[in-house]
Amino acid sequence: MIYNIPYIAVVGLILIGLAAVIFKRNLIKIVIGITIIESGVNLFLITLAFRENSTAPIYHGTGSRLMSLPVPHALTLTSIVIGVAVLALMLTLIIHIYRHYKTLDVRKIGGDEE
Amino acid sequence: MMGMSKIVKTIASIAFPLSMIYGLYVIAHGHLTPGGGFQGGAIVASACAMILVAFGSVWTMGKIKEKHLSVLESLGALGFIGLAFFGLIYGINIFFNNFLVNQNVIPIFNEIGKGLANINTAGVLPLMNFAVGLKVIAGLFAIVLVMAYATRLSEGK
Amino acid sequence: MSLRNIAAVVFFTIIAIFLIVGALLTHPFGYPENADMDQYIIDNTQSETGADNGVTSVVFDYRGFDTLGEATVLFTAVAGVIMLFRRLNK
Repeated sequence: MIYNIPYIAVVGLILIGLAAVIFKRNLIKIVIGITIIESGVNLFLITLAFRENSTAPIYHGTGSRLMSLPVPHALTLTSIVIGVAVLALMLTLIIHIYRHYKTLDVRKIGGDEE
Repeated sequence: MMGMSKIVKTIASIAFPLSMIYGLYVIAHGHLTPGGGFQGGAIVASACAMILVAFGSVWTMGKIKEKHLSVLESLGALGFIGLAFFGLIYGINIFFNNFLVNQNVIPIFNEIGKGLANINTAGVLPLMNFAVGLKVIAGLFAIVLVMAYATRLSEGK
Repeated sequence: MSLRNIAAVVFFTIIAIFLIVGALLTHPFGYPENADMDQYIIDNTQSETGADNGVTSVVFDYRGFDTLGEATVLFTAVAGVIMLFRRLNK
C-alpha cells in the first residue's frame, strides 16, 4: 500500500481544486480551482503509463530496452489542449459578466431581475 | 495595454527570433525527438505573447489584424484534413492512411528502415506536424491578442 | 452554519472518502495490466511507420481520429472567443 503514493498525490490535487470550487466566492478563484482539477486528471493519466525500470518510448538507433506505454501519453496531450480551450472561453465570459454586473461576487449575480 | 520601457523592447526583439527558431526546431523534428506539432506550437505562441506584452496591444493590433490570423488557422486545419483524405486513394479505403510509406510512386518520403533518422523518414507524419503547428500558433496568438485589445484602457484619463 | 454550508461540507467529505478509498485499491504503481496493445505498438513502430518517436506515431497514425477531434475543439474555442469580442460598427 505504500507504493501507491502517486495516486495519493493525484487525489490531493483533485481535493484542493474541489475545495476551491465549493467554498470560495470570487469568480476568478473558482476558475483557478477548475484548472487545478484539470492538472490533477492529467497527472493521473501519466501515472497509469509507467512500468518498473522503464524509459521513454523513443528509439535511438536499433536495439530496445523496456519502454513505458505510449497510448496514455497521447491521451494526455489531447486533454491538455482541451483544458486550454475551456479556460479561454471561461475567462471571456468572466470579462463580459464584470462589464454587465460591476461585481465578481458569485452570490450577487444572476437571480431574479423582474 | 501600454508598452514597456526601451530596455525591455530591445531585449524582447533580440530574444524573439531565438525562441521562434527553437520552436520551429521542435515542430520539425517531431518524429525523431520528443515534441511535435502541439508542443512546438505552444513554444512559438508564447514567444509571440512576449512581443505583445513588451510593445503594447495597440501597436501590435496595428501590425497584425485578427482576420489574417484566422485565415492562417483555417489553412492549417484544411491541410490536416486534406492529408487525411488523401489516404482514401490507392484502392485501400482507410481514412488517415499513411500513404507515403512502403510505396515506390513518390520517391521523396519513402525512406524506411530501422535506425535511419532523417527528416523525410516517416511518410506523412512531418507534413501533419507542420499543419497542426501552424494551426496552434495562429489560434493561441489570436486568443491572447483579442483579449488584450478588448480590455485596454483609453489613454489620458 | 446555515443549511447550505452543512450540505457543502457533507458532500465534500463523501467525495473525499470515495476518492481516497479508490486510490488505495488500484493496482500497484508500476505494474500495468493488459498491456498487449501497447506492446504491439512498441514492437512495430519503426517498421510500419518509420518514425522513432512512439508517442507521435500513436497521436498521428494509429489514433489520428482523436487528433482530428482535438483540432476541432481548438478551432471552436478560437472562433467563440473572437466572436464574443466583436463590436458592430454602427
